[in-house]
Amino acid sequence: MDALRGLALLLLCQSTGEVAARGAHLPLPGPVLGMLLLLALLAWPVVRKPVGAAADVLLTHLSLLFVPVGVGVITHLAVIGEYGGRLALVLLLSTVVGLVVTALTLRALLPAAAAPGAGAEPASPG
Amino acid sequence: MQSVVELWVYLSATPLFGLTATLTTYVLAQATYQRLNQAPWANPVLWTVLTLALLLTLTDTPYPTYFSGAQFIHFLLGPAVVALAWPLWQRRAELRRRWLAVLAAALVGGSAAAGSAVLAGWALGLPLPVLASLAPKSVTAPVAMGIAQQLGGIPALAAVFAVLTGLIGALLAKPLFDLLRVRQPELRGFALGSISHGIGAARSMQVHPAAGAYAALALGLQVLLASLLMPFVSLLLGALPALRP
Repeated sequence: MDALRGLALLLLCQSTGEVAARGAHLPLPGPVLGMLLLLALLAWPVVRKPVGAAADVLLTHLSLLFVPVGVGVITHLAVIGEYGGRLALVLLLSTVVGLVVTALTLRALLPAAAAPGAGAEPASPG
Repeated sequence: MQSVVELWVYLSATPLFGLTATLTTYVLAQATYQRLNQAPWANPVLWTVLTLALLLTLTDTPYPTYFSGAQFIHFLLGPAVVALAWPLWQRRAELRRRWLAVLAAALVGGSAAAGSAVLAGWALGLPLPVLASLAPKSVTAPVAMGIAQQLGGIPALAAVFAVLTGLIGALLAKPLFDLLRVRQPELRGFALGSISHGIGAARSMQVHPAAGAYAALALGLQVLLASLLMPFVSLLLGALPALRP
Protein backbone atom coordinates (compact mmCIF):
# COMPACT_ATOMS: atom_id res chain seq x y z
CA MET A 1 0.00 0.00 0.00
CA ASP A 2 2.88 2.31 0.86
CA ALA A 3 4.43 1.77 -2.58
CA LEU A 4 1.09 2.48 -4.25
CA ARG A 5 0.61 5.68 -2.26
CA GLY A 6 4.16 6.64 -3.13
CA LEU A 7 3.56 6.01 -6.84
CA ALA A 8 0.50 8.27 -6.67
CA LEU A 9 2.67 10.98 -5.11
CA LEU A 10 5.37 10.53 -7.79
CA LEU A 11 2.75 10.83 -10.54
CA LEU A 12 1.21 13.89 -8.90
CA CYS A 13 4.63 15.56 -8.75
CA GLN A 14 5.34 14.63 -12.37
CA SER A 15 1.95 15.95 -13.53
CA THR A 16 2.44 19.20 -11.65
CA GLY A 17 5.89 19.44 -13.23
CA GLU A 18 4.49 18.88 -16.73
CA VAL A 19 1.81 21.53 -16.20
CA ALA A 20 4.36 24.02 -14.86
CA ALA A 21 6.88 23.31 -17.66
CA ARG A 22 4.29 23.76 -20.38
CA GLY A 23 2.36 26.56 -18.75
CA ALA A 24 5.35 28.73 -17.89
CA HIS A 25 7.55 27.61 -20.85
CA LEU A 26 10.32 26.59 -18.46
CA PRO A 27 13.45 25.03 -19.98
CA LEU A 28 13.30 22.08 -17.54
CA PRO A 29 11.48 18.83 -18.51
CA GLY A 30 8.33 18.00 -16.49
CA PRO A 31 9.80 15.02 -14.59
CA VAL A 32 12.79 17.16 -13.52
CA LEU A 33 10.48 19.83 -12.09
CA GLY A 34 8.57 16.98 -10.46
CA MET A 35 11.78 15.77 -8.85
CA LEU A 36 12.47 19.24 -7.43
CA LEU A 37 8.90 19.47 -6.15
CA LEU A 38 9.22 16.05 -4.48
CA LEU A 39 12.52 17.10 -2.91
CA ALA A 40 10.70 20.01 -1.30
CA LEU A 41 7.78 17.78 -0.23
CA LEU A 42 10.13 15.34 1.51
CA ALA A 43 10.65 17.94 4.22
CA TRP A 44 7.17 16.81 5.30
CA PRO A 45 7.65 13.55 7.29
CA VAL A 46 4.29 11.95 6.31
CA VAL A 47 5.32 11.50 2.66
CA ARG A 48 8.72 9.89 3.35
CA LYS A 49 7.66 6.27 3.95
CA PRO A 50 5.42 5.90 0.87
CA VAL A 51 7.85 7.80 -1.39
CA GLY A 52 10.74 5.65 -0.16
CA ALA A 53 8.81 2.45 -0.86
CA ALA A 54 7.84 3.49 -4.40
CA ALA A 55 11.28 4.94 -5.20
CA ASP A 56 13.04 1.76 -4.05
CA VAL A 57 10.90 -0.39 -6.36
CA LEU A 58 11.40 1.91 -9.36
CA LEU A 59 15.11 2.57 -8.86
CA THR A 60 15.99 -1.09 -8.13
CA HIS A 61 14.63 -2.06 -11.53
CA LEU A 62 15.74 1.12 -13.28
CA SER A 63 17.71 -0.70 -15.98
CA LEU A 64 14.61 -2.61 -17.14
CA LEU A 65 12.96 0.71 -18.01
CA PHE A 66 15.60 1.40 -20.70
CA VAL A 67 14.84 -1.77 -22.65
CA PRO A 68 11.94 -0.51 -24.85
CA VAL A 69 13.97 2.54 -25.95
CA GLY A 70 17.06 0.38 -26.50
CA VAL A 71 15.16 -1.99 -28.76
CA GLY A 72 14.30 1.13 -30.81
CA VAL A 73 17.81 0.77 -32.22
CA ILE A 74 16.26 -1.42 -34.94
CA THR A 75 14.38 1.59 -36.33
CA HIS A 76 17.63 3.53 -36.80
CA LEU A 77 19.73 0.85 -38.47
CA ALA A 78 20.03 3.08 -41.56
CA VAL A 79 21.69 5.99 -39.67
CA ILE A 80 23.77 3.55 -37.64
CA GLY A 81 24.80 1.68 -40.78
CA GLU A 82 25.82 4.91 -42.49
CA TYR A 83 27.86 6.34 -39.60
CA GLY A 84 28.38 3.14 -37.58
CA GLY A 85 32.16 3.15 -37.19
CA ARG A 86 32.37 6.89 -36.46
CA LEU A 87 29.45 6.75 -34.02
CA ALA A 88 31.05 3.85 -32.14
CA LEU A 89 34.31 5.80 -31.92
CA VAL A 90 32.56 8.97 -30.66
CA LEU A 91 30.49 7.08 -28.08
CA LEU A 92 33.49 5.14 -26.80
CA LEU A 93 35.81 8.16 -26.64
CA SER A 94 33.35 10.53 -24.97
CA THR A 95 32.27 7.91 -22.42
CA VAL A 96 35.88 7.22 -21.39
CA VAL A 97 36.67 10.96 -21.27
CA GLY A 98 33.58 11.61 -19.15
CA LEU A 99 34.26 8.79 -16.68
CA VAL A 100 37.93 9.74 -16.21
CA VAL A 101 37.30 13.49 -15.90
CA THR A 102 34.43 13.04 -13.43
CA ALA A 103 36.26 10.56 -11.17
CA LEU A 104 39.53 12.51 -11.14
CA THR A 105 37.80 15.88 -10.58
CA LEU A 106 35.85 14.58 -7.59
CA ARG A 107 38.96 12.90 -6.18
CA ALA A 108 40.92 16.14 -6.51
CA LEU A 109 38.17 18.24 -4.91
CA LEU A 110 37.49 16.08 -1.87
CA PRO A 111 40.18 16.61 0.76
CA ALA A 112 42.14 13.36 1.22
CA ALA A 113 41.29 13.08 4.92
CA ALA A 114 37.59 13.60 4.28
CA ALA A 115 37.57 11.47 1.15
CA PRO A 116 34.71 9.01 1.26
CA GLY A 117 35.79 5.53 2.20
CA ALA A 118 39.23 6.64 3.41
CA GLY A 119 40.29 4.46 6.32
CA ALA A 120 37.35 2.14 5.82
CA GLU A 121 39.42 0.03 3.46
CA PRO A 122 43.03 -0.16 2.32
CA ALA A 123 42.56 2.37 -0.47
CA SER A 124 45.21 3.33 -3.03
CA PRO A 125 48.43 1.84 -1.76
CA GLY A 126 51.32 3.76 -3.31
CA MET B 1 0.00 -25.84 -38.21
CA GLN B 2 -2.20 -23.24 -39.79
CA SER B 3 -3.84 -22.47 -36.43
CA VAL B 4 -0.46 -22.04 -34.74
CA VAL B 5 0.49 -19.43 -37.33
CA GLU B 6 -2.84 -17.69 -36.88
CA LEU B 7 -2.43 -17.71 -33.12
CA TRP B 8 1.06 -16.17 -33.46
CA VAL B 9 -0.22 -13.51 -35.86
CA TYR B 10 -2.94 -12.64 -33.36
CA LEU B 11 -0.72 -12.64 -30.26
CA SER B 12 2.20 -10.76 -31.80
CA ALA B 13 -0.14 -7.89 -32.74
CA THR B 14 -1.52 -7.34 -29.20
CA PRO B 15 0.18 -5.24 -26.52
CA LEU B 16 0.51 -8.45 -24.53
CA PHE B 17 3.37 -9.56 -26.80
CA GLY B 18 5.69 -6.57 -26.24
CA LEU B 19 5.13 -6.54 -22.50
CA THR B 20 5.53 -10.29 -22.04
CA ALA B 21 8.59 -10.51 -24.27
CA THR B 22 10.30 -7.59 -22.50
CA LEU B 23 9.68 -8.82 -18.96
CA THR B 24 10.45 -12.48 -19.65
CA THR B 25 13.66 -11.74 -21.52
CA TYR B 26 14.80 -9.30 -18.83
CA VAL B 27 14.07 -11.74 -15.99
CA LEU B 28 16.09 -14.44 -17.78
CA ALA B 29 18.94 -12.02 -18.56
CA GLN B 30 18.99 -10.82 -14.94
CA ALA B 31 19.15 -14.44 -13.66
CA THR B 32 22.05 -15.19 -16.04
CA TYR B 33 23.82 -11.99 -14.91
CA GLN B 34 23.53 -13.09 -11.25
CA ARG B 35 24.76 -16.57 -12.10
CA LEU B 36 27.83 -15.09 -13.83
CA ASN B 37 28.67 -13.07 -10.69
CA GLN B 38 27.52 -9.81 -12.30
CA ALA B 39 30.29 -9.78 -14.90
CA PRO B 40 30.11 -6.40 -16.74
CA TRP B 41 29.85 -8.07 -20.16
CA ALA B 42 26.77 -10.02 -19.00
CA ASN B 43 24.85 -6.73 -18.53
CA PRO B 44 21.14 -7.64 -18.52
CA VAL B 45 20.03 -4.55 -20.50
CA LEU B 46 22.55 -5.29 -23.25
CA TRP B 47 21.45 -8.90 -23.68
CA THR B 48 17.73 -8.13 -23.33
CA VAL B 49 17.96 -5.45 -26.04
CA LEU B 50 19.98 -7.70 -28.37
CA THR B 51 17.65 -10.67 -27.88
CA LEU B 52 14.50 -8.62 -28.45
CA ALA B 53 15.98 -6.80 -31.46
CA LEU B 54 16.87 -10.19 -32.98
CA LEU B 55 13.42 -11.59 -32.12
CA LEU B 56 11.64 -8.66 -33.78
CA THR B 57 13.86 -8.86 -36.85
CA LEU B 58 13.46 -12.62 -37.25
CA THR B 59 9.67 -12.56 -36.78
CA ASP B 60 9.31 -9.43 -38.92
CA THR B 61 7.47 -7.66 -36.09
CA PRO B 62 7.37 -3.87 -36.60
CA TYR B 63 8.78 -1.81 -33.71
CA PRO B 64 5.47 0.12 -33.16
CA THR B 65 3.70 -3.23 -32.58
CA TYR B 66 6.31 -4.17 -29.99
CA PHE B 67 6.18 -0.73 -28.41
CA SER B 68 2.39 -0.85 -28.01
CA GLY B 69 3.08 -3.34 -25.21
CA ALA B 70 6.51 -2.15 -24.06
CA GLN B 71 5.23 1.42 -23.59
CA PHE B 72 3.83 0.42 -20.19
CA ILE B 73 7.41 -0.17 -19.02
CA HIS B 74 8.75 2.85 -20.90
CA PHE B 75 6.17 5.08 -19.21
CA LEU B 76 7.71 4.39 -15.79
CA LEU B 77 10.88 6.30 -16.78
CA GLY B 78 9.09 9.57 -15.95
CA PRO B 79 8.11 8.61 -12.37
CA ALA B 80 11.61 7.09 -11.99
CA VAL B 81 13.18 10.50 -12.69
CA VAL B 82 10.87 12.04 -10.06
CA ALA B 83 11.86 9.23 -7.67
CA LEU B 84 15.50 10.35 -7.86
CA ALA B 85 14.55 12.96 -5.26
CA TRP B 86 14.58 10.09 -2.74
CA PRO B 87 18.31 9.16 -2.89
CA LEU B 88 19.12 12.90 -3.00
CA TRP B 89 17.06 13.43 0.15
CA GLN B 90 18.65 10.45 1.91
CA ARG B 91 22.12 11.85 1.23
CA ARG B 92 21.22 15.43 2.14
CA ALA B 93 23.64 15.67 5.10
CA GLU B 94 26.55 14.49 2.99
CA LEU B 95 25.43 16.73 0.14
CA ARG B 96 25.35 19.75 2.41
CA ARG B 97 28.97 19.10 3.43
CA ARG B 98 30.32 18.28 -0.04
CA TRP B 99 27.93 20.19 -2.28
CA LEU B 100 30.60 22.29 -3.94
CA ALA B 101 32.94 19.38 -4.81
CA VAL B 102 30.06 17.19 -5.97
CA LEU B 103 28.44 19.91 -8.03
CA ALA B 104 31.75 20.93 -9.63
CA ALA B 105 32.65 17.32 -10.50
CA ALA B 106 29.20 16.75 -12.02
CA LEU B 107 29.48 19.96 -14.03
CA VAL B 108 33.05 19.37 -15.26
CA GLY B 109 32.50 15.67 -16.00
CA GLY B 110 29.15 16.15 -17.72
CA SER B 111 30.51 18.98 -19.86
CA ALA B 112 33.58 16.91 -20.77
CA ALA B 113 31.38 14.02 -21.93
CA ALA B 114 28.95 16.18 -23.93
CA GLY B 115 31.70 18.46 -25.30
CA SER B 116 34.01 15.63 -26.36
CA ALA B 117 31.12 13.82 -28.07
CA VAL B 118 30.02 16.89 -30.05
CA LEU B 119 33.57 17.92 -31.01
CA ALA B 120 34.74 14.42 -31.93
CA GLY B 121 31.55 13.83 -33.94
CA TRP B 122 32.02 17.16 -35.69
CA ALA B 123 35.67 16.40 -36.47
CA LEU B 124 34.57 13.07 -37.98
CA GLY B 125 32.03 14.85 -40.17
CA LEU B 126 28.76 13.72 -38.56
CA PRO B 127 25.73 15.86 -39.58
CA LEU B 128 24.25 18.41 -37.15
CA PRO B 129 21.06 16.50 -36.23
CA VAL B 130 23.23 13.53 -35.21
CA LEU B 131 25.53 15.84 -33.18
CA ALA B 132 22.49 17.35 -31.45
CA SER B 133 21.32 13.82 -30.62
CA LEU B 134 24.77 12.93 -29.25
CA ALA B 135 25.06 15.95 -26.92
CA PRO B 136 22.63 14.81 -24.17
CA LYS B 137 23.67 11.15 -24.24
CA SER B 138 24.98 11.12 -20.66
CA VAL B 139 21.57 12.17 -19.34
CA THR B 140 18.97 9.55 -18.56
CA ALA B 141 16.99 8.56 -21.71
CA PRO B 142 13.64 10.36 -21.20
CA VAL B 143 15.37 13.67 -20.40
CA ALA B 144 17.90 13.15 -23.21
CA MET B 145 15.01 12.83 -25.68
CA GLY B 146 13.51 16.14 -24.55
CA ILE B 147 16.85 17.93 -24.71
CA ALA B 148 17.69 16.52 -28.15
CA GLN B 149 14.39 17.81 -29.44
CA GLN B 150 15.14 21.31 -28.14
CA LEU B 151 18.59 21.18 -29.80
CA GLY B 152 17.21 20.11 -33.17
CA GLY B 153 18.24 16.47 -32.84
CA ILE B 154 16.27 13.25 -33.30
CA PRO B 155 14.72 12.20 -29.94
CA ALA B 156 14.57 8.45 -30.69
CA LEU B 157 18.20 8.48 -31.83
CA ALA B 158 19.22 10.41 -28.69
CA ALA B 159 17.54 7.73 -26.57
CA VAL B 160 19.47 5.00 -28.38
CA PHE B 161 22.76 6.92 -27.89
CA ALA B 162 21.93 7.34 -24.20
CA VAL B 163 21.31 3.60 -23.78
CA LEU B 164 24.54 2.77 -25.68
CA THR B 165 26.53 5.24 -23.54
CA GLY B 166 25.03 3.64 -20.45
CA LEU B 167 26.11 0.21 -21.60
CA ILE B 168 29.63 1.28 -22.65
CA GLY B 169 30.16 2.90 -19.25
CA ALA B 170 28.83 -0.12 -17.36
CA LEU B 171 31.17 -2.37 -19.37
CA LEU B 172 34.32 -0.22 -19.18
CA ALA B 173 34.11 1.35 -15.71
CA LYS B 174 35.73 -1.50 -13.79
CA PRO B 175 38.87 -1.97 -15.90
CA LEU B 176 39.18 1.80 -16.43
CA PHE B 177 38.98 2.69 -12.72
CA ASP B 178 41.27 -0.20 -11.77
CA LEU B 179 43.80 1.16 -14.26
CA LEU B 180 43.51 4.69 -12.83
CA ARG B 181 43.58 3.37 -9.25
CA VAL B 182 40.28 5.04 -8.47
CA ARG B 183 39.25 2.66 -5.71
CA GLN B 184 36.71 4.38 -3.45
CA PRO B 185 33.24 3.09 -4.34
CA GLU B 186 31.83 6.61 -3.90
CA LEU B 187 34.10 8.02 -6.64
CA ARG B 188 33.43 5.09 -8.97
CA GLY B 189 29.68 5.28 -8.43
CA PHE B 190 29.56 9.05 -8.86
CA ALA B 191 31.48 8.94 -12.15
CA LEU B 192 29.42 6.05 -13.52
CA GLY B 193 26.12 7.70 -12.54
CA SER B 194 27.27 11.01 -14.06
CA ILE B 195 28.23 9.55 -17.43
CA SER B 196 26.19 6.38 -17.80
CA HIS B 197 23.01 7.63 -16.04
CA GLY B 198 20.43 4.99 -15.05
CA ILE B 199 22.25 2.01 -16.53
CA GLY B 200 25.47 3.00 -14.75
CA ALA B 201 23.55 3.66 -11.54
CA ALA B 202 21.86 0.26 -11.76
CA ARG B 203 25.26 -1.37 -12.19
CA SER B 204 26.71 0.63 -9.25
CA MET B 205 23.81 -0.30 -6.96
CA GLN B 206 24.49 -3.96 -7.61
CA VAL B 207 28.22 -3.66 -6.98
CA HIS B 208 28.32 -1.55 -3.78
CA PRO B 209 25.65 0.32 -1.75
CA ALA B 210 27.74 3.50 -1.36
CA ALA B 211 28.60 3.44 -5.06
CA GLY B 212 24.89 3.09 -5.80
CA ALA B 213 23.91 6.04 -3.61
CA TYR B 214 26.55 8.29 -5.18
CA ALA B 215 25.52 7.12 -8.65
CA ALA B 216 21.87 8.01 -7.96
CA LEU B 217 23.00 11.39 -6.64
CA ALA B 218 25.09 11.98 -9.78
CA LEU B 219 22.22 10.89 -12.00
CA GLY B 220 19.88 13.41 -10.38
CA LEU B 221 22.47 16.19 -10.61
CA GLN B 222 23.18 15.49 -14.30
CA VAL B 223 19.48 15.68 -15.11
CA LEU B 224 19.26 19.07 -13.41
CA LEU B 225 22.52 20.47 -14.81
CA ALA B 226 21.91 19.21 -18.33
CA SER B 227 18.40 20.67 -18.44
CA LEU B 228 19.72 24.02 -17.30
CA LEU B 229 22.92 24.11 -19.37
CA MET B 230 21.97 22.50 -22.69
CA PRO B 231 20.98 25.88 -24.19
CA PHE B 232 24.72 26.63 -24.17
CA VAL B 233 25.34 23.48 -26.21
CA SER B 234 23.00 24.87 -28.84
CA LEU B 235 25.33 27.87 -29.06
CA LEU B 236 28.25 25.48 -29.64
CA LEU B 237 26.23 23.57 -32.25
CA GLY B 238 25.34 26.86 -33.93
CA ALA B 239 28.99 27.92 -34.10
CA LEU B 240 30.30 24.61 -35.50
CA PRO B 241 29.26 24.93 -39.16
CA ALA B 242 31.13 28.24 -39.39
CA LEU B 243 34.27 26.53 -38.11
CA ARG B 244 34.24 23.76 -40.68
CA PRO B 245 37.28 24.22 -42.91
